[in-house]
Amino acid sequence: MKPKIAFYWCASCGGCEEAVVDLDETLLSVADAAEIVFWPVALDFKVKDIQALPDGSILASFINGAIRNSEQREMVERLRAKSRVVVAFGICAQSGGIPGLANLSDTKSIFAEVYRDGVVPQMTHCENGHTLTLPEFFDAVETLDRVIDVDYYVPGCPPTPNIIRDAVNALLGADMPPKGAVLAPDKALCDECPRKDTRPEKLLVKEFKRVHQFIPDQQTCLLAQGAVCLGAATRAGCDARCIRGNMPCTGCFGPTSRVRDFGAKALSAIASVADCNEESSVVQVMNALPDPVGTFYRYSLPSALLSRRRKE
Amino acid sequence: MNDAFEPKIVAFFCNWCTYLAADLAGTSRLKYAPNVRAVRVMCSGRVDPQFVLEAFAQGADGVLIGGCHPGDCHYQEGNYKALRRYELLRRLLNQLGIENDRFRLEWISAAEGERVKAVVNDMVEKVRALGPLVPHKREEVA
Repeated sequence: MKPKIAFYWCASCGGCEEAVVDLDETLLSVADAAEIVFWPVALDFKVKDIQALPDGSILASFINGAIRNSEQREMVERLRAKSRVVVAFGICAQSGGIPGLANLSDTKSIFAEVYRDGVVPQMTHCENGHTLTLPEFFDAVETLDRVIDVDYYVPGCPPTPNIIRDAVNALLGADMPPKGAVLAPDKALCDECPRKDTRPEKLLVKEFKRVHQFIPDQQTCLLAQGAVCLGAATRAGCDARCIRGNMPCTGCFGPTSRVRDFGAKALSAIASVADCNEESSVVQVMNALPDPVGTFYRYSLPSALLSRRRKE
Repeated sequence: MNDAFEPKIVAFFCNWCTYLAADLAGTSRLKYAPNVRAVRVMCSGRVDPQFVLEAFAQGADGVLIGGCHPGDCHYQEGNYKALRRYELLRRLLNQLGIENDRFRLEWISAAEGERVKAVVNDMVEKVRALGPLVPHKREEVA
């Protein structure tokens, strides 16, 4: 009997699903080797199909997206019970991702902004004797591993095809990786950057520039040109796709295993290379970075040491 | 806030200047607020932003970094690195709702025991006025 696998999405954009489809023929060989028992975006299975399965009968569930509401929590708890292995697929599941930036707000301020003075949806509503319910919207976004036990992580926004292939092979191989492993190389992106050799020995940056402010030279280290490139703090494995597209790294592969808090380390890396020592010039240089949380915690606020804005 | 509130301040003092100044304050029998928990680091440049976030996450109401005056760093430019990180981290903390008075960087040389006293007392009073920092306590979701 073929091993069973499942895919599910929580607070995400659908890009991780797209990444699975982008596997092209590889996906067909996965479908040959394994039976897909649940995949809401592509196949018509229902929740009851999952409920009918015995506990532990799914070999692996690949779950993308952060946890934002009670429906997502229920589904991932259900999948956890049915699965031997749970993979946090993509950076939203791993560390909160873009949806995690909502932790700069809370339910009250988000609802006030979205619904203004209009009709605010209620969790339950009765109509002609039928009760309709909506999931509860949580006050903060959480990472998958804050809600259920996670066995492996596949980073990326979204994970790249080579990373997915390597991860699937690692899971199907004879030796399973140690629990908790991030299935990507444990080194910094700078290590595999095609512009590595142009990075100066002593890197100093006079001013930081944002991507809409200049067109960088296509050969030279982006950080050396003043772009806020987070490659030095980010895990490798993406084959430097953004760099090859002449865009700086924004950190979607998360940190290496030595780092507890990605944003703190990324901030440290960028601040250290600023070529300014006077207090007034430091202030001026840092003015070019108007949104430190959005820059350094773009994909990881819910996993940070301070995981959300302090409540007033 | 209330009379019972005593701010907890975590202070990272560099080995060569500010820690010696704190020592001097002690041997000179200067009295300053006992709210500071001093952590000796070799250089203010050694203060990883993770240390600061960890301190706040673990219940510090304020974090103070003390280093050598500009130009005096034992390692040439560690204090400049501290300054750059401080400025960016201060802005990031603002976005997370942590006020400027809770996070401070001061240059204090080994001779300035008086200054340790003045800075610590001033910071404790400012943080006392702000009240306790209650970071988001993560309730177990699972």
